[in-house]
Amino acid sequence: MNIIKKLANIDRRIIFIVIAIVVIIPLIFKPKFPIVVSEPVQKAYDAVNNLPEGANVMISIDYDAASMPELQPYLEALLSHCFMKDFHPILIVQWQLGAPLGTQALEKIAAEYNKEYGIDYINLGYRPGYVAQMVGIGREIRTYFNSDYKGDLIEKYPVMNNIHNYDDIDLLIGLEAGATGQVWVQYAGARFDQRIVLALTAVSAPDAYFFFQSGQIEGLVGGMKGAAEYEILVDKPDMAVAGMAAQSFAHMLIILFIVFGNIAYFVDKRKKNKAKGGIK
Amino acid sequence: MAISTSIWIWIAALLTLSIYSFLYKDNPFYKFSEKILVGISIGYTVSIYFHNTIIAKVWNPLVHDHNFLVIVPLILGLLMFSRLFKGKAYLSRIPIAFVVGTGCGMSIPSSFENLFKQVQGTMPQVFTIGNIIILIGVLSTLIYFFFSVEHKGIIGKVTRVGITFIMIGFGAAFGATIMARISLFIGRIQFLLGDWLGIIS
Repeated sequence: MNIIKKLANIDRRIIFIVIAIVVIIPLIFKPKFPIVVSEPVQKAYDAVNNLPEGANVMISIDYDAASMPELQPYLEALLSHCFMKDFHPILIVQWQLGAPLGTQALEKIAAEYNKEYGIDYINLGYRPGYVAQMVGIGREIRTYFNSDYKGDLIEKYPVMNNIHNYDDIDLLIGLEAGATGQVWVQYAGARFDQRIVLALTAVSAPDAYFFFQSGQIEGLVGGMKGAAEYEILVDKPDMAVAGMAAQSFAHMLIILFIVFGNIAYFVDKRKKNKAKGGIK
Repeated sequence: MAISTSIWIWIAALLTLSIYSFLYKDNPFYKFSEKILVGISIGYTVSIYFHNTIIAKVWNPLVHDHNFLVIVPLILGLLMFSRLFKGKAYLSRIPIAFVVGTGCGMSIPSSFENLFKQVQGTMPQVFTIGNIIILIGVLSTLIYFFFSVEHKGIIGKVTRVGITFIMIGFGAAFGATIMARISLFIGRIQFLLGDWLGIIS
């Protein structure tokens, strides 16, 4: 009992060190953990995979560096998927601090597949006022994005020739670290019937499952786990797959902490009740 | 892989370690890194807003395209600064009214369309176990938040079911939050061990 009491009052810094060790060791030794593809991720993959040849895929970067480990692996896997199938990714940014992350991934993956800027893909960059913009794209994308992220007029890029509004965008994919995804569903989805797939941080994912259940979004990729599943689907295991073993070990440890913490709580409560003269 | 020779990787690695040093206790390295983060984020945001709003939406249309209509939103925007002057602060209500009005005009129809699709999604077309659970969960949770009737008798029992669903929802959200935080930590460790120290590929 004394040990339980001591462990219940353990210095939190020791817990931090234990978690760090549990995360670092699997990253170094890379044990293989099975990754089972869930239905929402499979549907997100199918939504992209079944698009017609030369489809235009709008990708909205709605996250910043704080969510990079969760969403950047998915962005890279998604861009690989698009370029493999010769689709045309159109990158837009709703979170200004996410602009360099989107650009970085787009340039890296486009170079891997020898794709040409302005012909195979385009980066339209960030514009302020996302609600007005989401509604505005429904009429004419040029009202908000008449130039790309470098400030060059989009008219000079053939990829934008036939793109005017949501009717010309086959699929919208939002990478979300906050509530912007819900706004996409509310405006682009509800008002303009735009097909949408959302990839969210694990914190935000529970807030989007009801959109998936109601059919308002066609697929849902949640956190690093979802990104790892997508990497498996596009047969390009990378950072997310590499992180899943560490993720699993850390989860097991936290489950142990929770179980142990509850045992310690009930033991302590029982002792206190005994001391008072009766067990309730 | 070998240890990085890039100065930027070293700066990023040392700043990461400085931020994590807070887990031991508050210290000058943490404070320094925190202030750099805040400063750079704000500086970058201001520069992006300046180029995408002031230059793209005001300067270019006004000076190059001679589109004088932009003076209207420009004045509305400037009126927001009237809050800084005590006697004229009331003028800021004009742009606020404009923003609230257009915001409501845009969001109310879409909110209803969104709500109807959610209601439709709750009405099961096929009776599967999953659909029945969703129906029971939605109804019992809604009744839990109905405070005009005392939660006793049959209503009390239904609200107990409602609170159980709410707790399951909180549990799922908490689990997802842990997953997110661990993912962020994994991302940083991958950077430190891979990009910086070259221990992992």
